[in-house]
Amino acid sequence: MLAFFTPKSGGSPNANQIDSLYKITLYIALVIFFLVEGALVYALVKFRARKGAVAAQIHGNTRLEVGWTVAAAVILVGLAVLTFAKLGSIQNPPNSGPGGADLAGESGLLYASDERKLPPDGKALNIQVIGRQYIWQYVYPGANEPDGLGAPYSYEEMVVPTNTTITLDIVSEDVVHSWWIPELGGKFQAVPGYHNYTWFKVYKPGVYRGQCAFLCGRGHARMIATVKAVPPAQFEAWLAYQKLLIAQANAAAEVARAKLNAQTGAGQVENP
Amino acid sequence: MATYVAPLPQVSAHSAEREAQGWTSWITTTDHKRIGIMYMVTTFVFFCLGGVEALLIRLQLGAPNNTLVTPQTYNQLFTMHGTTMIFLFVVPMMAGLANYFLPLMIGARDMAFPRLNALSYWLLLAGGIVFYASIFWNPPEAGWTSYPPLSGAIFSPAGGQDAWIYLIHLTGLSSILGAVNFYATIANMRARGMSWGRLPLFVWAILTYSILLIFALPVIAAAVTMLLTDRHFGTHFFDPAEGGSPLLWQNLFWFFGHPEVYIMVLPGFGIVSEILPVFARKPIFGYKAIAASTVAIAFLGFLTWAHHMFTTPIPEAILVFVMLSSFLIAVPTGVKMLNWIATLWRGTIEFKTPLLFCAGFIALFLIGGISGVFLAVFPVDWQLNETYFVVAHLHFVLVGGAVLPIFAAIYYWFPKITGRMLSEGLGKLSFYLMFIGIVVTFLIQHVIGLEGMPRRVYEYPDVGHLALYNLISTVGAFILASGVLVTIINVTRSLKVGVVAGPDPWRANTLEWFTTSPPPENNFDVIPLVRSVEPMKDIRREIERRSGVAAGANQGGASVPAGATQVGL
Repeated sequence: MLAFFTPKSGGSPNANQIDSLYKITLYIALVIFFLVEGALVYALVKFRARKGAVAAQIHGNTRLEVGWTVAAAVILVGLAVLTFAKLGSIQNPPNSGPGGADLAGESGLLYASDERKLPPDGKALNIQVIGRQYIWQYVYPGANEPDGLGAPYSYEEMVVPTNTTITLDIVSEDVVHSWWIPELGGKFQAVPGYHNYTWFKVYKPGVYRGQCAFLCGRGHARMIATVKAVPPAQFEAWLAYQKLLIAQANAAAEVARAKLNAQTGAGQVENP
Repeated sequence: MATYVAPLPQVSAHSAEREAQGWTSWITTTDHKRIGIMYMVTTFVFFCLGGVEALLIRLQLGAPNNTLVTPQTYNQLFTMHGTTMIFLFVVPMMAGLANYFLPLMIGARDMAFPRLNALSYWLLLAGGIVFYASIFWNPPEAGWTSYPPLSGAIFSPAGGQDAWIYLIHLTGLSSILGAVNFYATIANMRARGMSWGRLPLFVWAILTYSILLIFALPVIAAAVTMLLTDRHFGTHFFDPAEGGSPLLWQNLFWFFGHPEVYIMVLPGFGIVSEILPVFARKPIFGYKAIAASTVAIAFLGFLTWAHHMFTTPIPEAILVFVMLSSFLIAVPTGVKMLNWIATLWRGTIEFKTPLLFCAGFIALFLIGGISGVFLAVFPVDWQLNETYFVVAHLHFVLVGGAVLPIFAAIYYWFPKITGRMLSEGLGKLSFYLMFIGIVVTFLIQHVIGLEGMPRRVYEYPDVGHLALYNLISTVGAFILASGVLVTIINVTRSLKVGVVAGPDPWRANTLEWFTTSPPPENNFDVIPLVRSVEPMKDIRREIERRSGVAAGANQGGASVPAGATQVGL
């Protein structure tokens, strides 16, 4: 009934848990809203000035005032307890499912970081999300050069395997951005000089849309992000193809660079 | 009607020099009332400018993929809108109201430092002019929060960003000087008998507002100075490549920015706490609780700034602490709401325009308060942060919590300032248009945010119901604007043809109604002894006792002779 009045969810367990925490808050809020607005409207209608009516000269009521102060505090303590109860399932990623990608291979990564939340078995596919005016870049594991270069990457559309726990390492190369795919959980700022972390796990193949959620300049509204979840086999194929494309492009660039060097004799041309 | 009329004592103390006339007298004035009027007129002009910017924003968003304004212009519009409404309207409007009424309410003849008071006003005007001068070149476009690196020299090279920095400096200095002045005035210049427990609640609110300004503004002044030197003098406070931190800005900005919210709404709470008892014909319910919760909110307001940073990389312990401190602040705020409703309870409520605006405030501020609890639950905030849900929340808080009380104050105090009543008919029309306008504009924005639309985007795709929801919001904005327009008409009209008000048209409770409307330059020839939190009630009762005539029985309130007659009460 209140579907239009709840955040998007359905893509990832953390988004679903946030949604249910939101709904608990909403129910409490609606009760308070109707009680207070009801009392206000009742008072305005019932106690409007009439002939012969005399206003009661009351200055306060200590017991009543202490009572509603305590009641307000109790409601909020309850909400805090519920939040702590839900917090684990929102923050901590679960293990990948049986149908997930094989993370023992080159794409599997183990971490020893204490900031990053990991699934209990320590295995997740970690993707680095790089915010840049006005495009998102995603760098996958699989660097084939010692300095971490040569890893497969993509722009705007992130392809991920289903049933696999994905951890994100969110950074920015210029200004503050904010990573957000509503159906896959909350948003996290990409702040230059900092790493921010989140995770998601998609069960259903499909395309999940989002966009940059923090003002990053004139192109902010067009800084789109999509996550495309595909079965693991398809993901492996896509990743291999992406590697191939990058290798081809690098080779083509190498040829072009050599040609340019030969033409101009200018020696090294950095970063064509 | 008794025929006996108490002889009017003749007092001729008001033989002071004649009030200066002409426009130069306004430039040179140190009279708190004239400075207050200049504050109010100036800030209302900026309110209208900020309103026009808001309407342009809503026009652009009225249809999906609209191309009415360019992305650059759009960013400039919302930056100007937010900055104007906060720094050039709400905060200085409260200072203007306090300037005019605080000395009158505490029975003082002026502010503690009249020339400093004039300086506060002129610094405010200078800040506004510097800021609005930028529209002839390149207005700022990094939002009213101006996060670096976007607001730094590389990404915002235009001078508009510097104009924004100077605006913060000038209006900030204006506010600090004003705050010191208010504090000194309240501490030292109260009428005989006005102990802290008899201070009008508006004065309690201004006292708290002043303390908040004194603590919060130096922090933003430091932050914008760092931004200025980063932009022009080669420092790297916010540049991560050189060891600086963009998060430092967020911390400094919100350490100021969150108390700033209370700087804007607490005086509004004070206005409502003054007006409700007058029209309910009942004492305020729980005077001490309201005064204490004002101070509690101010204190807690300094502990919650990081709830604006829930999505940044900060430790979990801080997330939890800030969620709990934000919950805690809901308690004194909730207490105030219930106290106001209890003030209406068993009263005899007169539905005059000021009362309507106060009731509208309670109804709408409640929505802003409740949506704030959603945003305090940090996992939920991860979904709602930086979306239209936040836009809806902050507008219910600020339009509901500050703008509606300001309009209540205009209708309540206009007779005191000008000596003439505003039209009730136009006033009620204005209220209903504004109330409906606010609900239509902002309620649907919660849903827009839940649909996934971030704030500060100049366009959105035509998916789901986004187009319809945004169109509703745009229509609401124009209803709201028409309500404001009706009040402008009402004010200009009543200046000439309004019914003459007399000193105490509302049979109110506080001392500003003891003097003539408008008050003479020295406010009071004789200052009465204050015996309760409602001194005017005591005075009316005393007249009744002495004369045998029901004081103020004839509407218009002229039965309290203005100024000087109540010697020795």
